[in-house]
Amino acid sequence: MADDPITRLLGSARKLEIMQPWPRLEVDRSTWMAIGQHLGGGAGDLLSLWAEAGFVHLALRAAGLDHPCVLSLTIEHNAFPSVGQFHPPAIRLERAIQDLYGFIAEGAADTRPWLDHGAWGISAPLGRQTPAARRDPADYKFLPVKGSGLHQIPVGPIHAGIIEPGHFRFSVNGEIVARLEQRLGYVHKGIDGLLAGCDIDQGARVAARISGDSTVAYSFAYACAAEAALGIEVPPRARLLRGIMAELERVANHLGDIGAICNDASFVLAHAHCGILREQILASCDRAFGHRLMMDRVLPGGVATDLSRKAAADIVATLDGVAPRFAKIVSLYDETPSLQDRTCTTGIVDRSLAARWAAGGYVGRASGRNFDTRRDLPYPPYDGASLEIPVFERGDVDARVWVRIKEVEASIKLLKKWLAELPEGPVRIPLPPQSAPREGIALVEAFRGDVLIWMRIEGGKVMRAHARDASWFQWPLLEFAINGNIVADFPLCNKSFNCSYSGHDL
Amino acid sequence: MRTLLLQSLFTRPVTVDAPSPEEIALVELGNALKEQAQRLFGRSITIREVDAGSCNACELEIHALSNAVYDIERFGIKFAASPRHADVLLVTGPVTKNMKIALERAYAATPAPKWIVAVGDCACGCGVFSQSYATLGSVQSALPVDLQIRGCPPRPIDLLRGLLALMEQAVDPKPAT
Ligand code: SF4
Repeated sequence: MADDPITRLLGSARKLEIMQPWPRLEVDRSTWMAIGQHLGGGAGDLLSLWAEAGFVHLALRAAGLDHPCVLSLTIEHNAFPSVGQFHPPAIRLERAIQDLYGFIAEGAADTRPWLDHGAWGISAPLGRQTPAARRDPADYKFLPVKGSGLHQIPVGPIHAGIIEPGHFRFSVNGEIVARLEQRLGYVHKGIDGLLAGCDIDQGARVAARISGDSTVAYSFAYACAAEAALGIEVPPRARLLRGIMAELERVANHLGDIGAICNDASFVLAHAHCGILREQILASCDRAFGHRLMMDRVLPGGVATDLSRKAAADIVATLDGVAPRFAKIVSLYDETPSLQDRTCTTGIVDRSLAARWAAGGYVGRASGRNFDTRRDLPYPPYDGASLEIPVFERGDVDARVWVRIKEVEASIKLLKKWLAELPEGPVRIPLPPQSAPREGIALVEAFRGDVLIWMRIEGGKVMRAHARDASWFQWPLLEFAINGNIVADFPLCNKSFNCSYSGHDL
Repeated sequence: MRTLLLQSLFTRPVTVDAPSPEEIALVELGNALKEQAQRLFGRSITIREVDAGSCNACELEIHALSNAVYDIERFGIKFAASPRHADVLLVTGPVTKNMKIALERAYAATPAPKWIVAVGDCACGCGVFSQSYATLGSVQSALPVDLQIRGCPPRPIDLLRGLLALMEQAVDPKPAT
């Protein structure tokens, strides 16, 4: 353990006793830079990078540390040393910090605005809030692509389907993609700013809407962070109900994704059947929890709605109906060569890239990254649960489909186990009054990967919060995955990633 | 595959019954739609969906309209990829400032007669993101809205009700109240 360079570097850092459950350490500029270099060298995973007035914070995980930790550096002269110059996964996060706070990442190679499209009327909305002239949104320098016979295809922000907005700039040689560059930020709603000043329950409503498809996971992470800050534990029944909702969300989303991926390979039959199964799960959630997507059902202190015996039986019956029909769709997927022809060897994410970006969810696990928050940084009710975590190596669309398939199967098993052993008891406890500032942080496994929430609360109010979606570390890999593929395979690759725009743009 | 196909052929449809068009929506639409709509519309409308800053849950439910359970196409309602082919813009989200221009362009690209339907609390101006430096707060603040379908997100059946009301109006416009 001692030869883990990050652990060694942090041995002498001063611990701030404000945050739970991970340590928060104060570091100086040289340690900050050294950590950035070690992250770049593969000594640890970057979990997030964010700012607040006067500080920049970096969350990381390293083999030698018992817990992940957060490092904090004081901003000097409105700047901090860039981590992205050593470790590319930090680049977009630094561009976002620059846009929201006006802090400069010194040494950064890419200083183009990221979330700020020049439409807010102010710059640094969470920092100095200086009035800014509106810019033409088209005034953005895409990276140059040189070579003969290349042409560009601009796509978006509004896409052809019913999906979220973002811009993709393809440079292509005939049908082959030479480079894809993404431009995101179109759905930036100012979530970090909206969370600041909320009381804890109000904040929960905002957190539940960071990325609607992961509403349970975000509410879960928000609740865990708030509870860590307040030093409370929720009752056993509430813990299990949270797990049940989180797994139902995973199953519903994976079913939707598997169908949609098949659909993008023009295999409509699987899509139609997956759509029906997804619908049955959502209808059952609606009957059980009063909301199809279970929005606002996980709250700090517990859960908002209890589950009646009848509803629990209804969920079990639904799952029992879904499982055998899903098995048929899976064998159909497995036995249809024309479909496999599209998904196998398409959109490969190299194993080393998945590791470097610490890509969560099916993107990482389809490329050999054996990590799942539920097993590796467990939180109730996953502590003690024996979980099958599927990992595949090929990194193509097919592998990302198979991770989902295996996860649907594993989640159904887990759900049935939990529904059978649900203890009686209260489902929510009141939040204790608290006046001194406290901080909490949580990492929760959403269907697409780990989401992180950090918050500081004081006198029952959220003073500052930060949310980092799994998509931050997946979107850039899509740029790599599509290289050398044909343009027509982009929808398929994109769907196999199914990154969140809203969760990323905040 | 053959077994699954055959089974699909012989099982009863999973599709839900048609809901009755929402009363409030009918009244609201009375103001918006003219008699000529019937001639222009017939019994079919084409929708271009625009996400103007949604959390994506509204999209999930709009998507569900096309599955076998809601099967929106049986009512003559379909989704188009281009606003050029659309009669209706179905807009979600609080309209982020970063999406304002794209939304206006989609509107400009839609041939008249055209209708704007705001879907979800965000789009209707009562969502959690309305008070932000980065949003306009509602679809109404960017475009003239003809119909609002509230909910966070609205259930597919509510979306269907709202859209059917739009169709009813096109066929048999009620006078404005
Ligand atoms: S109305 Fe609700 S579900 Fe729809 S975009 Fe807004 S927050 Fe999301």
